[in-house]
Amino acid sequence: MDGAAILERVRARFGPGVVDTHDHHGDHTAVVTRDVLLSVLAWCRDEPALAFDMLTDLTAVDYLQYPGREDGPRFEVVYQLYSVPHNHRLRVKVRVEEDAAVVPSAVALWPIANWLEREVWDMFGVRFQGHPDPRRLLMYEEFVGHPLRKDYPIDRRQPLIGPGT
Amino acid sequence: MGVGTFFTSRLDAAIGWARKYSIFQYPFITACCGMEYMAVACSHYDIDRFGAGLPRFSPRQADVLFVVGTISHKMAPVLKRVYDQMTEPKWVVAFGVCTCTGGFYNNYATVQGIDTIIPVDVYIPGCPPRPESVIDGLMKLQDRIAAQVQRF
Amino acid sequence: MAEPTRREFVLGEGGGTGGGSQNLLVGLGPSHPAMHGIIRIAAELDGETIVRADVEIGYLHRAFEKDCEVGGWNNAIPYTDRLNYVSPLINNFGYCAAVEKLLGIEVTERCKYIRVIMSEISRVCDHLTCIGATAMELGAFTAFLYMIKAREYLWELVEDVTGARLTISYGRVGGVKADLPDGLAGKARNAFKETREVLDEVHRLLTGNRIFVDRMVGIGALTREETIAYAITGPMLRAVGVPYDVRRARPYDVYDRLEWVIPTQQDGDNYARYLVRIAEMEQSMRIVEQALAMIPGGPINVDAEGRPIDPAAYVDRGKQGKTEGLLLVPITLSPNLEGQARAELARVSVGDKRVVLPPKANTYGSIEGLMNHFMLIMDGYGIRPPQGEAYVPVEGANGELGFYVVSDGSDRPYRVRCRPPCLPPMAALHRMIEGEMVADLVPTFGSVNMIGGELDR
Ligand code: SF4
Repeated sequence: MDGAAILERVRARFGPGVVDTHDHHGDHTAVVTRDVLLSVLAWCRDEPALAFDMLTDLTAVDYLQYPGREDGPRFEVVYQLYSVPHNHRLRVKVRVEEDAAVVPSAVALWPIANWLEREVWDMFGVRFQGHPDPRRLLMYEEFVGHPLRKDYPIDRRQPLIGPGT
Repeated sequence: MGVGTFFTSRLDAAIGWARKYSIFQYPFITACCGMEYMAVACSHYDIDRFGAGLPRFSPRQADVLFVVGTISHKMAPVLKRVYDQMTEPKWVVAFGVCTCTGGFYNNYATVQGIDTIIPVDVYIPGCPPRPESVIDGLMKLQDRIAAQVQRF
Repeated sequence: MAEPTRREFVLGEGGGTGGGSQNLLVGLGPSHPAMHGIIRIAAELDGETIVRADVEIGYLHRAFEKDCEVGGWNNAIPYTDRLNYVSPLINNFGYCAAVEKLLGIEVTERCKYIRVIMSEISRVCDHLTCIGATAMELGAFTAFLYMIKAREYLWELVEDVTGARLTISYGRVGGVKADLPDGLAGKARNAFKETREVLDEVHRLLTGNRIFVDRMVGIGALTREETIAYAITGPMLRAVGVPYDVRRARPYDVYDRLEWVIPTQQDGDNYARYLVRIAEMEQSMRIVEQALAMIPGGPINVDAEGRPIDPAAYVDRGKQGKTEGLLLVPITLSPNLEGQARAELARVSVGDKRVVLPPKANTYGSIEGLMNHFMLIMDGYGIRPPQGEAYVPVEGANGELGFYVVSDGSDRPYRVRCRPPCLPPMAALHRMIEGEMVADLVPTFGSVNMIGGELDR
């Protein structure tokens, strides 16, 4: 199915749950609300005509310093879906505020979400509700803060041993 | 300066000569430099010519620590521990610019030079160093070993 | 240190709670040769069987994504080299393709062919290293030496083209750094001849070898459903019989014009992965051979009229005000800049002043060229893709390598996300090793082909 038709179906199925859709550079994208996120993802996976059986990627973007979006919702969590049987793609995004940076976990849908969500928590500080193992993935437990946030200076080091500890 | 360097004796020279050709290295490989390390260790460049052909993967059996590749802050305690476990005499080679200074990873995750954690004898810069410069570094290390210069 | 807990072991007894035996917790790595130096596995053992395994990564986290946000768009290219450092060219081109998508530009024909050729050479290097290392860890040191020898021939090709062996930084947004050198096709033919010989030898050494087969067949297997649910792509997905390859599913560059097949296997174990990789190397070499035969744009320097002059004389002429026709005069550049003269550069990069550095002859010889160079290099100028986001997948050596880039319209990437192809198999590693012996961990880990730079970024 081509991207426009997929977006059409998502809009028809979830109505007001879909905040925005676009197809910049040919990447079809649906921005949904947090409340329907899990049902959108589950439906995308299980609906035979869509069959997005692969969660290719899950990441986040911090829009703190993005021109025009400084006071909008700070984080955007991005899901890249791919369907092996149909060879089509969809990007699903959800926006969350900094003080309520919680997104329902997709581990029950795709086990790969386990590590990817741990990485997003580690790097951005977005929490995933219902995650079975909410530890950091890349940094060490002693690390304070979330390095990929725009307000984390790139050279703020937190060594475990050696100078600066 | 150790006592050994001060009172150079024939015995010392003999031991140094013998040690220089029996380098048992512990390759502490983490990153891209490891690919170049592989190239050096294999038949094409063949470090066996310098008596350094046998890697030991136990710190207790090694006397040269090759630190190959970027050391992150998460890895730093492990490196220190491996170094501490090695028996003396021991030498350390910093392989690649990441280990020398942190290289172009000037950021929150990377140790800015392993000499902030452990003493280093030979620095081999390059990103990654070409096999030729590794061999040059190895020969410099041999000179140090022969002269019984140690920094631990 | 706290008093160590006392444990009682009964020799020869396992798999039971009776008899006082207790599972043993063993930490493997990070500095462990079979863990390739940067993975830690906390394994709970019952006898020699792994009951539960917890894989810990992050020991090589080098802040790739944060580093990219600091410099200009082209400055991220050296960082991409060091993601998958066994096949850095594919990373370069993947990243460039993502930025080009943001900019809405399409690279030239010749450049597309060059990207295909170099990507496939990298893929062969990657598979050689992977299989060689796996074989070595199983004791077949000879195979490793042979394969590194073959890789050395290919690296010489890479060095000829890019000037470096490993960290090559050859891709550029809008093209590649420089044109191919003369005589590459002949050298490639020789290198492939050697590589094929090595592959043949290794095939005879390993494929039917009793020890190798016993340790690979049926070990580390994953089902088709689980492989897909864990988003595993590349050779590991093809080893369970799913012919998914980004080069076919979403053809980029010129892959749709070349003839090749996607090798698959059905069993999904280590042996199947080994067979897929071996078959893929042959396909990659086939692709390179076809691409080298089809690449447009004849030999270099055919259009030179009049004698080439050296850059110093050229600059002198400009200073004396004799600028008429200056931009058309061919000049010889220093060998360091080989492939960057006007004619060559025009063939391999898009003629878009906003994106591509001018040829060195113009930079050094004319004020427009110099200005153009500055406008791309100076802080606060440079390439400025319009606001927006783009995701581009390419087929890396380990599977789908994706770059998700977000631009805020400035000269620096707002966000660069790399979708690492070897993170999903590592996330599924515990599924592959649980229930098997500790010794089986080694070939399984080898066949995953974990590359730290890409896994931890
Ligand atoms: S010095 Fe360069 S090649 Fe070596 S580990 Fe560091 S980044 Fe990689």
